[in-house]
Amino acid sequence: MDHRRADPRGALVRPYAVTRGRTEPLQDIALEAVLMASSTQVAESRFAGHDKQRIATVCEGRAQSLAEIAAYTRLPLGVARVLVADLVADGLLTLHTAAPAEGFEERMEMLGRVLSGLRRL
Amino acid sequence: MDFAGYDPAGARESRGIISAKIVVAGGFGVGKTTMVGAISEITPLTTEALMTAAGVGIDDPSKVPGKETTTVAMDFGRITMAQDLILYLFGTPGQTRFWFMWDEIIRGAVGAAVLVDTRRITDAFAPLDYFENRNLPYVVALNRFDDAPQYEAEEVREALAIPPDVPLVMTDARHRESVKQVLVTVVEHAMLRLEAEHGRGFPTPVG
Repeated sequence: MDHRRADPRGALVRPYAVTRGRTEPLQDIALEAVLMASSTQVAESRFAGHDKQRIATVCEGRAQSLAEIAAYTRLPLGVARVLVADLVADGLLTLHTAAPAEGFEERMEMLGRVLSGLRRL
Repeated sequence: MDFAGYDPAGARESRGIISAKIVVAGGFGVGKTTMVGAISEITPLTTEALMTAAGVGIDDPSKVPGKETTTVAMDFGRITMAQDLILYLFGTPGQTRFWFMWDEIIRGAVGAAVLVDTRRITDAFAPLDYFENRNLPYVVALNRFDDAPQYEAEEVREALAIPPDVPLVMTDARHRESVKQVLVTVVEHAMLRLEAEHGRGFPTPVG
C-alpha cells in the first residue's frame, strides 16, 4: 500500500461524493495498470454500488487500464482510482502488473518485447 | 480469487498482463494527440483529473469548501501487442501550469518523446527542461508542419541546447509509420540507457 500524503493534486470536494469523501485509494494503482473482471466478479459487483458495477462491467472479459476505466465511465481519475482499489481489495477486479520498474533483466525483457511489438506494427 | 487481498508482495508476480507506457510531451497544440491517434488502435480517449486551483495537499476536503477545482485533461491511446502485453501512449497536458500532473504520467514510463513545432520552437524549452531534470529517457521529435520553416536537425539541436546523447528525429505526427519510428527510437534509447546504467564502469554520455 502506498500512502501519498504529500499528493500535490490537492483536495477534491464534490466529485468525491461517490467515494463518500475518500480521496486516498487503498493502494496506489498506476494509470496504465490493467484490470479485468470475470462474469462472476461482474455479477457480484451489483452489490457494490452503481459506479463500482459500471467499472466492473467495463472490464468484463477484457483488460482495461485505470485510465481507460476513468475515460469510459467519465469518472475523474482520482475517483476512479479509489473505486478501482476498493474493487481489487474486495476481489471484484483482478489487477495486473504495470511494467516492472525494477530489475535489469525484467525491464530489458519488457523493453525488448515492446520494441519488437512496435516493429511488427 | 487470487487477488482477493492487496498484499503488495503477494500474487503480483503471477503471470499477468504487462502494460507499458510511453509519454508524448510537448507544448500546447504541438500535435501530441494527433501523434497518439496516428498509431493507437482506439480513438484517443480523454481522462480528466481534478484538482484545486491552489494545488496544495490537504487531507480534509471539508476544510476547503470554497476552493476552485480545475480539470486537467490528458489524452491517451492503446496498442495491444500481445494477449499479455499492452502499450499505452499518454499525451501530457499542454499548459505548463499542470506540470505536477506530468510527474504522475511519467512514473514508470518506458520513455518519452518530446514533440517540437519548428514554428514555435521556444515552446519546447519548458518541456525539455522538465525532462532534463528527470531520470526518464527521452527523444526529441521535430513535427514537420507543411508551412513550417525547414531546419537541419543540428540547427535545432543547437537552438534548443539538446544534449548530444539525446536522439533527435524528424516526424510527421499524422503518419503512422513516422510515429512508429519515433516510438522505436524511444524504446531503443531507453534500452541503451538502461544498459549503460546497469554496466556502470562504462563511460555513459551524460549531457
